[in-house]
Amino acid sequence: MAVERQKLAVVPAGTDLSKEDFRIRQLRARDMLRGDLGDEDLDKYVEERVLTTTLEKAVAWARSNALFPATFGLACCAIEMMSIVGARVDVARFGFEAFRASPRQADLLILSGRISIKMAPVVRRIYDQMLEPKWAIAMGACSSSMGVFNNYAIVPADKFMPVDVHVPGCPPRPEALLHGILKLRKMIQADPDMGWRAGHQAYGTEEVVPGEDQATAVNVFRQTPGSAQGA
Amino acid sequence: MPDGVGLELLAQELREADADAVLGTLYFRDKATLIVDPATIVQTLEHLRAKGYGALMSVHGVDYYPEEPRLGVHYELLDMNAVDRLTVKLRVPLDNPHVPSVTPGWSTANHQEREIYDMFGVVFDGHPDLRRILMPEDYEGHPQRRDFPIGGEPVLFTVDEAEGTAYTQ
Repeated sequence: MAVERQKLAVVPAGTDLSKEDFRIRQLRARDMLRGDLGDEDLDKYVEERVLTTTLEKAVAWARSNALFPATFGLACCAIEMMSIVGARVDVARFGFEAFRASPRQADLLILSGRISIKMAPVVRRIYDQMLEPKWAIAMGACSSSMGVFNNYAIVPADKFMPVDVHVPGCPPRPEALLHGILKLRKMIQADPDMGWRAGHQAYGTEEVVPGEDQATAVNVFRQTPGSAQGA
Repeated sequence: MPDGVGLELLAQELREADADAVLGTLYFRDKATLIVDPATIVQTLEHLRAKGYGALMSVHGVDYYPEEPRLGVHYELLDMNAVDRLTVKLRVPLDNPHVPSVTPGWSTANHQEREIYDMFGVVFDGHPDLRRILMPEDYEGHPQRRDFPIGGEPVLFTVDEAEGTAYTQ
């Protein structure tokens, strides 16, 4: 008896479906899809089985549930970042466990640690190399507000690239980073618009190579946030 | 360690080689220090190498602000056989921070003199490759000087809120 398969159709409670009945239902369903059956039956069938949504929502749902972070550690926060793929926090539950080895294959950049002035152009270049759509998480105090290294050598991430989510902590626990990633997931599902990128000219996937074309080259040190609108 | 007497004997020997070489000695907490004239640092270190101090362990930069002359360079020497350490110090003014490089004789000084140049702005004459080592090449200023602004992002902490937010602007 195919008792467990009865859930495929809406069956009133207490109905006893034999194997033969079940086969009849299957054949009717096939006929309905061929257009052999009437509108009323077809409408009922579709109503029971099909969910409608917009394409944007479906795409955002798919994107938000399979973020590929870049394999990119900057400092001590990277140790906490590595542990989110471990058994205890296990980010694989949400589909973010595939750390990609190249920025071309990744769509999430986790800035896990302090960024020195010398490192900032490298980080920006990695961000520019990532394919659209792409997101960035500033993890820990250093990449958001420079933290305990608040001195001449360090630069906060917001100065040279757009950041979608800031995760506070020094370092944040893996749970906090996971919370940040889930916040980002919610953001991608609810509002995929990335308006805050305008201030950093962070569109497309082309690299900005200073010197090649001075008109479009961005000097992250000379630029104040928001000053590059429409450049 | 040379004791106090041994330090004075060493200083006297250096003075016999060059009357102006040693400006003073310092013996503090079992640590012997020779204070030398910047112009004679190469000859002084070579003389000490002949005395057995064959290893230059490190070179340091110091900013003595507000004392004058402001900038200082410390050379830490080690006698490997006697396990004997000696510090050689020199001071240079801010408006003429030139020190002869000891890199041709002591290759360990290469990166450390570059770091002192980077952080304090001491110019080592005769260094084979004197350029910044830690900060970006187009960086302006020498960040470890005492009068260099701390820099960074102004962060408003809750305890400072009573004093206003003006300094974060």
